[in-house]
Amino acid sequence: MTGSVNPGYVSIENLNVTFIGGARPVKAVNGVDLRVNRGEVVALIGESGSGKSVTLRSVLRLHNESRTLISGSIKVGEQDVLKLSQADMTNFRGKTAAMIFQEPLLALDPVYSVGAQIVESLRRHEDVTHAEARKRALELFERVRIPSPERRLDAYPHEMSGGMRQRAMIALALACKPQLLLADEPTTALDATVQIQVLLLLRELQREFGLSVIFVTHDIGAAVEVADRIAVMYAGRIVEEGPVATLLRAPRHPYTMALLRSRAHGAMEKIDGKRPRLETIAGAPPDLSLPQTGCAFAPRCTLANDACKQTQPEATTISAGHSARCLRLDATQ
Amino acid sequence: MSTQPILNIKGLTKHFPLKKNIFGRGDVVRAVDNIDFTVMPGETLGVVGESGCGKSTTARLLMQLIPPTAGEVIFEGELVGGRDLPLKEFRRQVQMVFQDSYASLNPRLTIEDSIAFGPQVHGVSKQESLARAHDLLERVGLAPARFAARYTHELSGGQRQRVNIARALALQPRVVILDEAVSALDKSVEAQVLNLLLDLKDAFNLTYVFISHDLNVVRFISDRVMVMYLGQVVEVGPADALFKNPAHPYTKALLSSIPAMDPEHRTEKAAISGDPPNPINPPSGCRFHTRCPVAQTVCSQLAPTLGKLHSQHPVACLMYEPGSGYRKMEIAT
Repeated sequence: MTGSVNPGYVSIENLNVTFIGGARPVKAVNGVDLRVNRGEVVALIGESGSGKSVTLRSVLRLHNESRTLISGSIKVGEQDVLKLSQADMTNFRGKTAAMIFQEPLLALDPVYSVGAQIVESLRRHEDVTHAEARKRALELFERVRIPSPERRLDAYPHEMSGGMRQRAMIALALACKPQLLLADEPTTALDATVQIQVLLLLRELQREFGLSVIFVTHDIGAAVEVADRIAVMYAGRIVEEGPVATLLRAPRHPYTMALLRSRAHGAMEKIDGKRPRLETIAGAPPDLSLPQTGCAFAPRCTLANDACKQTQPEATTISAGHSARCLRLDATQ
Repeated sequence: MSTQPILNIKGLTKHFPLKKNIFGRGDVVRAVDNIDFTVMPGETLGVVGESGCGKSTTARLLMQLIPPTAGEVIFEGELVGGRDLPLKEFRRQVQMVFQDSYASLNPRLTIEDSIAFGPQVHGVSKQESLARAHDLLERVGLAPARFAARYTHELSGGQRQRVNIARALALQPRVVILDEAVSALDKSVEAQVLNLLLDLKDAFNLTYVFISHDLNVVRFISDRVMVMYLGQVVEVGPADALFKNPAHPYTKALLSSIPAMDPEHRTEKAAISGDPPNPINPPSGCRFHTRCPVAQTVCSQLAPTLGKLHSQHPVACLMYEPGSGYRKMEIAT
């Protein structure tokens, strides 16, 4: 999308994901291109149903293969993820790329202690003894700053608080030193004071291990805290992508602009003692089980014209690393 | 603003008993512990705090959905559930909107029947109830001709929450309690519903108790804000003053946990560490002392009080209580 020759460490090209399990096929992802360099953090933001989590899960091939059609290519380093055999895929998960989820209580196995799960993961991927693996697990617990780590290794997920469970899941994800970390709304379920702690921990670990991270969130604030670049998704496409500062200060896609304006954050000051109204985006996102023509945002866009309803806009480069899919970029300066 | 509060809460307490041990004694969860506050007519009182701080239990106690362990709710000078104000009459005056828009509507009723149900229970004729339902649907932005006969599963989350708001208003209440009413909505839809709430408040002269964990939203909509921690109120004040000059160390920590939205000045250090403690055995003295950056020995021994209820900005912190034994130091917080 950036037009550079650098293929990136992660390179997703023309990814399409269609779920065929229901009454009508749902086209959840419609041609996503995304590059992530080594040591780079890219945030995928968007509303529910925009395809951000579906894109992320495709990287580990977590979708049920009998009910999902995937096309395009996903390359991580030298490996072509969509072409890997099941056995190679199992080696890939956890060793090359690991994932942390929104709800650690659901993602961790409730019948094993967290320590045992880390030991299992280590021994699955590396030739280490149980004692060595446990020692490494303890180091990881110390690294993610779980209080009294020795005791906590033997704790079951339900015995930990929400923030501690999320730290434990980060420890588990990083156990086999993956190069790519996939984070699916990792702080959404946490309280405000705990969320910021976990965001700071993720940023610190990312720097220390030089991780590439794809960070999925609906919270722009959280994205700004950790990301180098932000990609905004709408109706299964990346509609705008750019460095964090550029995207915040000079967004060019009407959806990104409206999304930033509709946040309560920007409208807190009262004018003449009266509360200003929030700017809103009329309508709702489209139903992805229905055929789309033209720009998916056009029905809600104040700038849309006839052309927008007919043609799917291509990604246009605005400046280095900043691009948007919009036919009316002339009107969004 | 008249001087008589519309809601006056005194010593409200809710302890949930846990399983008893063989000696017949059991622990209790101190969900809400002896709180006092008032709600003035026409204002929006925001309630913030982390999970487990008792904000939703407070909402349920206000509505008398669960019986309090102790304390009383006084509505316009009359004790709720007493001779002068039976529960049914009180519930006509105070209505509630919940977080889960789907679970709070009957899936087997059309939305006009859902909205008209309350008035019919309170003796309004079927015809008039339905007329009122159609009028309210119009008010919340759902054209009755299109929506009245639909079922809840045919609506989006934002539309369902509009139905819930219409239903709460069907009894022409004075007070509406909104318990995380916009938390499950996407940002662009959340802004629409917040604007709607502001419009309805003006149109029907409503008083809101607005409970949320989203600090930006609370600041936007509230006139006054009440901060809770582990079942107690730690600070109450006018929204602008409280957000600009928080007094309680917990409020300070909570507010500084809001992501900065500035890529050049990211948050570098979390204000407090750890998770909120368990409300089963809350810490002694000031419940925040285990996480407080400025706690002294006295804080673990002496419980602070919230100060006089009618001062503008009461704070429950020993730092502000003369003669408490807390030694003031010049500290930059």
